Amino acid sequence: MAVLHSAPKFASNEGVIDAISESISVWLIDAQETHGEVSFRVQRDAIEQVLRSLRDDHQYQQLMEIAGVDYPDRAERFEVVYMLLSLTKNHRVMVKCSADENTPVPTVTTLWPNAGWLEREVFDMFGVTFAGNPDLRRILTDYGFEGHPFRKDFPLTGYTELRYSEEEKRVVYEPVELVQEMREFDFLSPWEGADYVLPGDEKADEKAPPAKPEGGAKK
Amino acid sequence: MTMQREESPTTDGAVINNYTINFGPQHPAAHGVLRMVMELDGEVIERIDPHVGLLHRGTEKLIEHKTYLQALPYFDRLDYVSPLCQEHSYVLVIEKLLNLEVPIRAQYLRVLFAELTRISNHMLNMGAHILDVGAFTPNLWIMDLREDCMNFFERASGARMHSAWFRPGGVHQDVPEKLLVDIGDWLDHRFFQLFEDAMSLVIDNRIFKQRNVDIAVVGRDDAIAWGFSGPMIRAAGIPWDLRKSQPYDVYDRMEFDIPVGTNSDCYDRFMVRVKEVYESAKIIRQCLRDLPAGPIASSDSKVSPPKRAEMKQSMESLIHHFKLYTEGFHVPAGEVYVATESPKGEFGVYLVSDGTNKPYRCKIRPTAFSHLQAMDFMCKGHMLPDATAILGAIDVVFGECDR
Repeated sequence: MAVLHSAPKFASNEGVIDAISESISVWLIDAQETHGEVSFRVQRDAIEQVLRSLRDDHQYQQLMEIAGVDYPDRAERFEVVYMLLSLTKNHRVMVKCSADENTPVPTVTTLWPNAGWLEREVFDMFGVTFAGNPDLRRILTDYGFEGHPFRKDFPLTGYTELRYSEEEKRVVYEPVELVQEMREFDFLSPWEGADYVLPGDEKADEKAPPAKPEGGAKK
Repeated sequence: MTMQREESPTTDGAVINNYTINFGPQHPAAHGVLRMVMELDGEVIERIDPHVGLLHRGTEKLIEHKTYLQALPYFDRLDYVSPLCQEHSYVLVIEKLLNLEVPIRAQYLRVLFAELTRISNHMLNMGAHILDVGAFTPNLWIMDLREDCMNFFERASGARMHSAWFRPGGVHQDVPEKLLVDIGDWLDHRFFQLFEDAMSLVIDNRIFKQRNVDIAVVGRDDAIAWGFSGPMIRAAGIPWDLRKSQPYDVYDRMEFDIPVGTNSDCYDRFMVRVKEVYESAKIIRQCLRDLPAGPIASSDSKVSPPKRAEMKQSMESLIHHFKLYTEGFHVPAGEVYVATESPKGEFGVYLVSDGTNKPYRCKIRPTAFSHLQAMDFMCKGHMLPDATAILGAIDVVFGECDR
């Protein structure tokens, strides 16, 4: 497919998969190139060896980012994605492994000092633990926060809210109370309209003919 | 917090405790809401533990609940000092997944305004840095220049700060001819006089140098290992600039140089930014010179909205408009990481799409995260007042760091 977009152009992906797959073949599950990005899926327990090989043998000197993604339907629901950058080859690759709450991912703070905070963030947001990280505390959420907010089953509104209490002269935490129900607009089917009852529209259904448009909104 | 007890030779066996102080979260030199727990031996910093996240608003979670177009304004509110550069990464990541062609005029306009944003960002950062180390006047002068940039943004988009002007497929609206003329005039007749006046007060100033030279020296290998980017890595002598090495939009048509430092201290970081302002001005001039005529948004009507006038005439345009602003457009399934050179460093967006009209996951790579993490490493052994100079030279904005 011809490249039409004007997104950043780095060095060609040609031969990259073959060269890297060969040296990490023991741990490699899957390698692919989609949308011009090279990614490798590897075994979780070997993530440190894989990244060490990429850093030392393939000149990917910088770890730019570790991202967590939550796929609740999968057996191991979390995916941890490492973005590597080579300054000398001017190339980027992604390395992925999967994990769940009970399976710690080996830390890469042994390879890059800046992995510390990046792993802390994935731990904070998704609850993935990193074995060997010397300082695995929460980082972005509040002191004493419970839960992992970027999981797909964590509600957008959260569970607690805080306000300043004039009586107690301090900030108090309370369960979230919404004055109106949180509305999630279903933009996927704008022609059919929404499947919730609009305020003031409660009686609309009663007058409706027997064949009321129940299955109108498809999800 | 553990207290270290050690015997001091000057007090004849009396025990002196290291003490721990709290820098921030509300501190003028913290550049926002940063709390740093510092362990001091007298005035010498032994350890720093930065606590971030006080401005965490869950942007990435909110984006998962919005359509692609609705998510765009969140990027203005990340690094609110350089809004258009954040939008740049986001629109490029969408265009990469859609493989969408952007008209050449729109690419020029984006580069033009990204560079104007870079100038306005550096004006704020350099002003604040100078203020942090004790000089007052230059900040007032170059803040005025930042105000001029804001006026240009307002004339292009209608908003001074939160422009939401870059859109997938181009920009939202074309700019008036007079605005381009005025930007050129401003560069020729106003900007450099004021900027050079302000810089002449600090660049060779004895106090400014005493506060910055040889402070927080980071070697080349350390800068790479800590994931530095932007002016932080260039000050370490590595000519790494994504605009040059991984060009996006029309940066490959621009002629500009990458300023690098030699000493990798706070002074070099400051000077790299000073030189970058000149390079940005060069790029702006080239954009103004070469800006072609033509459309400013993609012709793909499934992604960019129709013109208002067309909607009065054509039923199809009206349908497209309705669909775009309710359902939005669908992005093919896939995962892409796109990083651009924001004024502060590499600003990346990792987008996971499941083929619907909302992002499945949108991970934002903030520039400040890796830099701030190195605070402990950079500050160790320096005096307490140096911490503000180091923080100023990193250029952090917490909207972006905490997301």
